[in-house]
Amino acid sequence: MFDYFLILVFTGVAAAMVGVVLLIARVIAPRGWSRSKGRPYECGVGTIGPTWIRFNVGYYLFALLFLVFDVEAAFLYPWALVFREVGLTGLIEVGIFVLVLIVGLAYAWRKGALEWV
Amino acid sequence: MSVFSPAAVIAAPQVFEVKTLASRAATALPGSLLESALYVLLAVVWIVALLALTGLALIYLERKIAGHFQCRLGPMRVGPHGIFQTVADTIKLLVKEDFVPDGADKVLHVVAPFLALTATILLLVILPLSPILQAADMNIGVVYVTAISGFGVMGILLGGWSSNNKWSMIGAMRAGAQIISYEISATLALLVVVLFAGTLRLSGIVQSQADGWWIWRAHGVGVVAFVIYVIASTAEINRTPFDIPEGESELAAGFHTEYSGIRFAFFFLAEFINMFLVAGFAATFFWGGWMPFHVGGLDGFNSVMDLVPAGAWFAAKTSALVFLVMWFRWTFPRLRVDQMMRLEWKILLPVGFVNLFAAALVVLYGLYFFPGT
Repeated sequence: MFDYFLILVFTGVAAAMVGVVLLIARVIAPRGWSRSKGRPYECGVGTIGPTWIRFNVGYYLFALLFLVFDVEAAFLYPWALVFREVGLTGLIEVGIFVLVLIVGLAYAWRKGALEWV
Repeated sequence: MSVFSPAAVIAAPQVFEVKTLASRAATALPGSLLESALYVLLAVVWIVALLALTGLALIYLERKIAGHFQCRLGPMRVGPHGIFQTVADTIKLLVKEDFVPDGADKVLHVVAPFLALTATILLLVILPLSPILQAADMNIGVVYVTAISGFGVMGILLGGWSSNNKWSMIGAMRAGAQIISYEISATLALLVVVLFAGTLRLSGIVQSQADGWWIWRAHGVGVVAFVIYVIASTAEINRTPFDIPEGESELAAGFHTEYSGIRFAFFFLAEFINMFLVAGFAATFFWGGWMPFHVGGLDGFNSVMDLVPAGAWFAAKTSALVFLVMWFRWTFPRLRVDQMMRLEWKILLPVGFVNLFAAALVVLYGLYFFPGT
């Protein structure tokens, strides 16, 4: 358990380190505001329209596929860990499980979800 | 028998006893609270020093190597051969104005570099540099590595989104799509190592390579897994040829376009330490980490190899991999988004699955070198 406690400590250390350096920068760095400095940098041309708009659906499709395979990887870790004990039976069972997902990938591939548009 | 006689050294190969700071502190914990607090302090000092020194060294190396690849000298002015150039740059970044653009989401804009650097530091904690130099050694090591390296994308995504800038937005979205995609392949490659090692603990994985590193002991599947891991993690840390999220010729600077001063430095530092981490983890999983070059059964040969300290083995392997990643940058042109996605989903993912099942068969029938030990 002590290792997990260390992780907690280091989460705090990371935040403290960044915080201290930010504080130093706040003290010694100049600050000021002007209209043109605050504008978003888009290569000198004034920005047109809002930034937070609806985005290309392609990203969403890949995120969905990622979700499927990432959860699947979470299931594969315990299997890989005890593989020597479960042996061939375990391999066949995991094979069936992964096959279902691969059929899904093949379907997505066939439907053109893997093409970037 | 004298300790210094060569016969005594050659006779028995060294047994590496893993005593990480955390395990020492855990044994000290019931005894004295002060002692374990001291260990925590030591771990904190060590990690912070490692972060700062590796950052300085890597940024200098990157520029020098880039220079020499292009028949230039690289930084030469500040200090002998420019070794203080990074220090000068750090001071410059510290005194630069650090501002949030108009219309940006102020809280997220400030928090994003925190997240990026926190993920990096949390990964440094678990990296085994030698049997002793490992701050924490959890029983879920490999899962932790996968989870936290996935967490790093949050900083990039939030930083790009909160900037109220179209370049940042596009860069962040690309980074998100790229990092989550390549994470699957990296995970599949790590699963091969877990299959062989039978443990998720990082020190356990290193010790499982006492008869030989998995890259050659695993009969081919190790090599394939290693290549997949290196490609996938190069993409995960946004290094060329996968630097599409910050492609400077199309997106100004990608997700950190609106970052300046010290908060830009945090993103920059996180990126360089991530390169060190990727090299370190690839060395740990596939090249034996701090484990010297051993061949199972050849005890005489192994004990000669043990004369080189474990930390030096780790340093040599990691530097070689860091150089490889820097070499990529000056060799491969940047990929397009569609090429990058095709490489992952249509090539690396199917190959990764086939490789995983080949590895399972190799483990099942004991087809790899020295399966008995």
